[in-house]
Amino acid sequence: MTETNASTVGTVMQNKKEAILSRRQKARQRGNRIMMIRLAFVVVFLAVWQIASMYLVSDFFIGMPTEIARDLWAWALSGTLFFHASITSIEALLGFLLGSAVGMAAGVLMGRAQTLAEIVDPFLMMFYSLPKVALAPMFILWFGIGIDMKIYLTATIVFFLVFLNTYAGVRSVSREQIAIMKLMGAKESHILRKVVLPSAVTWVFNGLRLSVPYALIGAIVGELIASNKGLGYLLANASGQYDTSAMFAALIAIMILALALNYAVKVVEKKAMPWKAAEDQREMSI
Amino acid sequence: MSPAIAQAAAPVRQPEIRPVEASTLISYRGVGKVFETDQGSMTAVRDITLDIREGEFVTLVGPSGCGKSTLLNMAAGLFEPSTGTVSYRGEIVQPYNRRVGYMTQNDHLLPWRDVTGNVMIPLEIQGVPRAEARDRVETLLRDVGLQGFEKSYPSQLSGGMRKRCALARLLAYDPEALLMDEPFGALDAQLRMRMQIEIRRLAMDLGKTVVFVTHDLDEAVSIADRCVVFTQRPGTVARIVDVPLDRDRDLMQLRHNNTYRDLTAELWELLAPDMEGGDRT
Ligand SMILES: Nc1ncnc2c1ncn2[C@@H]1O[C@H](COP(=O)(O)OP(=O)(O)O)[C@@H](O)[C@H]1O
Ligand SMILES: [Mg+2]
Repeated sequence: MTETNASTVGTVMQNKKEAILSRRQKARQRGNRIMMIRLAFVVVFLAVWQIASMYLVSDFFIGMPTEIARDLWAWALSGTLFFHASITSIEALLGFLLGSAVGMAAGVLMGRAQTLAEIVDPFLMMFYSLPKVALAPMFILWFGIGIDMKIYLTATIVFFLVFLNTYAGVRSVSREQIAIMKLMGAKESHILRKVVLPSAVTWVFNGLRLSVPYALIGAIVGELIASNKGLGYLLANASGQYDTSAMFAALIAIMILALALNYAVKVVEKKAMPWKAAEDQREMSI
Repeated sequence: MSPAIAQAAAPVRQPEIRPVEASTLISYRGVGKVFETDQGSMTAVRDITLDIREGEFVTLVGPSGCGKSTLLNMAAGLFEPSTGTVSYRGEIVQPYNRRVGYMTQNDHLLPWRDVTGNVMIPLEIQGVPRAEARDRVETLLRDVGLQGFEKSYPSQLSGGMRKRCALARLLAYDPEALLMDEPFGALDAQLRMRMQIEIRRLAMDLGKTVVFVTHDLDEAVSIADRCVVFTQRPGTVARIVDVPLDRDRDLMQLRHNNTYRDLTAELWELLAPDMEGGDRT
């Protein structure tokens, strides 16, 4: 009796496992197919580009894939690529960290101190509506044309995105939730640590993800305006020599850097919010 | 504080005001609550005078929208009554009455904490050492039948399981009085019975005062020492009945108990006009 029961349970488990396995398998097959189509797309795109630049349009305007690849390869070998990319990464990264740290702190503070938020709101909005890159000339005046000027420019841009998102996150914490915590004897510090911050995390990461391309804008624009190193400089330099392929090569390098930064934020996000993964994995039900 | 209350608190004897009994824990005196909304003001409850004694298991039952949750909110100090007073141990309830534990109608679990983490919260606030807290949480989760789900996040639980998690959290911080707002509404019949037995046993063993809101009359009678029946909105007390059943009654056998059957039948009659006459509001 017990034995048959056990074996039924066994088969049920087996079936379930198989179901999960076949679901995974299907998902993987689908992923592979999508990868193949993407690859085909890239190949076709490059081929068309190459042919066009050889026979249809002057490569002065659109560069040439083989040239671009050669430039990138040469830069990679000579260390140029690594040098300039690391300068830009440092600017973007430090600016990103500085801007988001200050943004988060300010967002939490204002989110919890409503009066203060109301007082400074119009000033913040005034500053926010200013395109931050317009500050670059001022920053050059204050900080020179070294890498710190790009860091501050990036930080200013990132600050607002992270600040506004953090603020919204903190404000969206349910008052009922806070009341419940207070009934349990929670003090402001408990509420901050156990409710406000974790519930704002989703929003903060929203802000961080949005900020990645902007961090690069800060760094690159800074370099374009005044610099002798960084990917922005590489770009400006190529443009100065009317070397279209080199310009494309610099753009590709910038793109790769952006992807790497995006990826890093995603990894940290997953680590910081394990419950999100649980929600995503859950099969849909209504 | 209104002058009348200040006077009552003063040592001057005023025998004409009904004195609050020494054993009274929560006392509603002439309580009314009006909510100001966009559609104008809305009276949720009016003229509630009700004493809840220490160690008592009281159920509040009435049609939905009659202001049961509102009464619990006032006892917890979330807001003040518009008229009258709500006091706890003879003192007017101030915002956030920490002597009560409140299991709200929505469970308000933290979505980023797993079951263990959620039940752990009140213990973390009290500063209970981690190892001890873990042990206590483990026991509590077994009590409410959530073993095996310690690592699940609220989004992965059913409505009933979330309720049980909220109950475990409530019991974790061991308040003097428990305010429970339709705690077992989302549970299936068997589990509901199990939880009713469990909560009554806990209340008896630990000498807790329980104010238990439900819209289910059978539940209201079966687990109560005293049952307060409300009218439709604006809610007011229609009837207070002492439930003449043993304190250590066997809830499983109640359906065969004549006293229980007669009492529920009688209260059904009392609530029935409310159910038919939707036009009275
Ligand atoms: N915060 C609030 N603001 C406005 N109206 C409310 C609020 N809380 C409750 N009400 C209204 O008061 C009435 C009683 O609500 P409630 O106490 O939740 O009833 P019950 O718990 O008995 O179903 C309802 O009509 C509800 O719409
Ligand atoms: Mg209610």
